[in-house]
Amino acid sequence: MTEQQETLDTLKDIRNIMDRSSRFLSLSGWSGVAAGCCALVGAWMAHRVLDNAAAGPHSGYEGTDPIAGYNDLVGTGTTASLVQIGLLTLLAAIVSAFLFTWWRSRRQSAPLWNATSQRLTVALGIPMLVGGIYLLKLVETGSFGMVAPGCLLFYGLGLVNASRYTLGEIKWLGYAQLATGLVNLAFVGYGLYFWAFGFGLLHIVYGLIMWWKHERNQA
Amino acid sequence: MNISQLNKVFDNRIRLGIMSALLVNDSVSYNDLKELLQVTDGNLASHLKGLEDSGYIKVQKGFIGRKTNTTYSVSKAGEKAFRLHLDVLEQMIRGTQG
Repeated sequence: MTEQQETLDTLKDIRNIMDRSSRFLSLSGWSGVAAGCCALVGAWMAHRVLDNAAAGPHSGYEGTDPIAGYNDLVGTGTTASLVQIGLLTLLAAIVSAFLFTWWRSRRQSAPLWNATSQRLTVALGIPMLVGGIYLLKLVETGSFGMVAPGCLLFYGLGLVNASRYTLGEIKWLGYAQLATGLVNLAFVGYGLYFWAFGFGLLHIVYGLIMWWKHERNQA
Repeated sequence: MNISQLNKVFDNRIRLGIMSALLVNDSVSYNDLKELLQVTDGNLASHLKGLEDSGYIKVQKGFIGRKTNTTYSVSKAGEKAFRLHLDVLEQMIRGTQG
């Protein structure tokens, strides 16, 4: 009986070390919540900019739905401020997500920057970097309607790719982002709403679930 | 199916830990192993030497700047032996349960 327990413990040890040596497990659920909040603020700011552009005298757009007026924004200052908001939102989300994960890894006295977190960064970073460059090009050529679904799709692919190197559940967040992006393709022009749903709401829901599952009892 | 079939080389938590980490990674550095297993230098070095002598792991010595950076990876023989060891452990549990 005790021998069996010993064998079970040994197998548990092996599994634990395999996980810890190949996955970055300190990712905090609060990081998701924080990134989601940043996204919602960013979406709200973008919405205001679009509203102003639609109401302004030089917008050239007379319709009632500010988002449907995307393609009239080419060459106006609105595009620049939208790109600025987008980049600032991304930066704020990364910094706040990083802070919570840094905090958690310190409390676990686990290293923040080691082989596993480096692999995670590369796995998530490559699709996002390539996607980001592609999206800036889309803005340049005036395909504004494709930007929001593009963000969601590239980010979703990045998450699915990165899920091998961290908590496996993150792949479900990736699939949800991909689904949101794909549905958005059928409703081009309403990107901001899909963007707020994907980057805002899904992040917050995911973060809360992860906190509930992995961190609640350590608090 | 019993203890006599368990590989003596793996009859130690640190060696098991080293093999577990190497099996799921292409290679792991000495420092990462030390931090992962929370062991002292002397302890880790002697167990790594033991596994190396058995031909279960391979050592690559390199440099990062001027610092030595030694990384370890599992050999074919090591992977085979470790998987066999896991099979035996698994069967031991099945045997006592079933």
